Amino acid sequence: MSTEAPPTSAANPYLATQRSPEFAGLRRALRRFVFPMTVAFFLWYALYVILSAYARGFMSLKLVGHINVALVFGLLQFVTTFLIAWLYERYATRRLEPVAERLKAQVENGDAQ
Amino acid sequence: MTNARALTIVLFVIFVLVTLVITVWASRQTRDATDFYAGGRSFSGFQNGMAIGGDYMSAASFLGIAGIIALYGYDGFLYSIGFLVAWLVALLLVAELLRNSGKFTMADVLAFRMRQRPVRTAAAVSTITVSIFYLLAQMVGAGALVALLLGIHEGQTFAGMSAETAKVATIVLVGALMIIYVTVGGMKGTTYVQIVKAFLLMTGAIVMSLLVLGIYKFNLSTLLGDAAAASGKGEAFLEPGLRYGVDKPGDPTGTLISKIDLLSLGIALVLGTAGLPHILIRFYTVPSARAARKSVLWAIGIIGTFYLLTLALGFGAAALVGGESIRAQDAAGNTAAPQLAQALGLHFMGDLGGAVLLAVIAAVAFATILAVVAGLTLASSSSLAHDFYANVIKRGQATERQEVSVARIAAFVIGAISIVLAIFAQGLNVAFLVALAFAVAASGNLPAILYSLFWRRFNTSGAVWAIYGGLISAVVLVFFSPVVSGASNAMFPNHDWQWFPLSNPGIVSIPLGFLCGWLGTVLSREPADEEKYAELEVRALTGAGAH
Repeated sequence: MSTEAPPTSAANPYLATQRSPEFAGLRRALRRFVFPMTVAFFLWYALYVILSAYARGFMSLKLVGHINVALVFGLLQFVTTFLIAWLYERYATRRLEPVAERLKAQVENGDAQ
Repeated sequence: MTNARALTIVLFVIFVLVTLVITVWASRQTRDATDFYAGGRSFSGFQNGMAIGGDYMSAASFLGIAGIIALYGYDGFLYSIGFLVAWLVALLLVAELLRNSGKFTMADVLAFRMRQRPVRTAAAVSTITVSIFYLLAQMVGAGALVALLLGIHEGQTFAGMSAETAKVATIVLVGALMIIYVTVGGMKGTTYVQIVKAFLLMTGAIVMSLLVLGIYKFNLSTLLGDAAAASGKGEAFLEPGLRYGVDKPGDPTGTLISKIDLLSLGIALVLGTAGLPHILIRFYTVPSARAARKSVLWAIGIIGTFYLLTLALGFGAAALVGGESIRAQDAAGNTAAPQLAQALGLHFMGDLGGAVLLAVIAAVAFATILAVVAGLTLASSSSLAHDFYANVIKRGQATERQEVSVARIAAFVIGAISIVLAIFAQGLNVAFLVALAFAVAASGNLPAILYSLFWRRFNTSGAVWAIYGGLISAVVLVFFSPVVSGASNAMFPNHDWQWFPLSNPGIVSIPLGFLCGWLGTVLSREPADEEKYAELEVRALTGAGAH
């Protein structure tokens, strides 16, 4: 693992950055979004599969013409997947990237506090 | 049929020639290891998103899912959803962090703060196992498909070859092409092949879907109604349960097993994608984490659109071709999409139209297989060269030039082994190997990746336990499952050593993989390397020092 190690003044710049409050904030911001969202889409998907396995009566209810609950539920999985992807992109651009770039510059210029 | 066959071959030859030109061009751009392994990290988010689509949407996706929908209705759609939702794991938890902290392979991240040799060995074993399972399924499928798509039946000959010889010839041809793409073109060549394939596949699927919907005046309900009526199964065709989680009247245990199997499959599909080595290495082909994120967003858009289109293709095939004529060609339904193409061409443009559209879609199917097997060969040879040769055997002392030479040789050897295995396996039912590859990726690779990135305490022993624990439990459970022996449609139908009831091991092996990773960590006295973890975490989250 060769990295263009910055001229370190004293300690390891990565260690210093990792312990900085700004990095802790970035870590918190990332985890606060991705962990709950992962749990949410996984449960939502699991609910869909479980209903497909065990709630056949409910899934076969007709809504319009030949379109039933199962089809709409399946299409909703597409909708939520696209939606979560879009939400994450927005969150990452607004909340994560600016902090990450600032910290990156600090580490690479070796001026982590 | 003869016209279509000739045209299929012409189109396929054109595809092969175009991709070979691209490959040779790419080889001129390939100078160092970063070019060979990661395409010089020069692709844009959109290009990589297309390539991910091309790498991911295998024949099992295109022909398989359309076929399952055509024969079993709704359950094929249910299957495709797992393949899509899975990308959220890659987007939220893996893509950017991996891009920032790794270099060429999955093991770069896993071994980052661990002892190199044991972790890299485990990662290489897992990468090669997953890739070879997946490769075999694709290559055996290619052999069977070519006979079907070219319409060579038992007892007939084609260019002097019997059906059996034609299958072997196809496997050898596919194998030879993937070896050429990878050894000559490296990641750059492979990526362009995948981009071209994704473009062809999407165009084909969009055109066919529009034609199907055109026949039904864009009324989905009428299409579904027609498909259900033609299937002979009525409304049940539009509901879950004909293929997965089947209700077996009078057999409560059988019903329970079948339903748990469905859940197990669903979990493995969702968690497997972000652990597939040939997908993971694609994140290294872009210049930044931001581009890695964009490529997953594009991939989600492309793959999601594609699976929505398979709904029109599958139900269209059920309504316009009919289950009986599909089963007459292939019991698994793999010819549903090409047969639909023929029917659509016939409907809109007469005999010639039927022949042309059939030929185009058959050629797209070949292109699909080639792009996927090239990606798999590249992933396994990269891991063999970068992880096993350079870091285990040479302990990090190999030069870039040596490493790339070994990667090329490895691609050749892995390709050759796959050809031989595929020829031997061609009479066996190996379709389960795709699901097994996902199960291994979800059980071994994913726990190791997530623990590495998010758990400070994780150590060498934990990583090794997670990978081997997940890998071995998934493989052993499948070996003793009804897909390998003890069932009429098993790989070895005349033998019976089956005791594990589920066809999909995920529901057991995935928790086991996570448990092994945790146990291996807490039972080992080795402390986690604080400094290296700080470096990994800071690099992963900020992109500092990224390659």
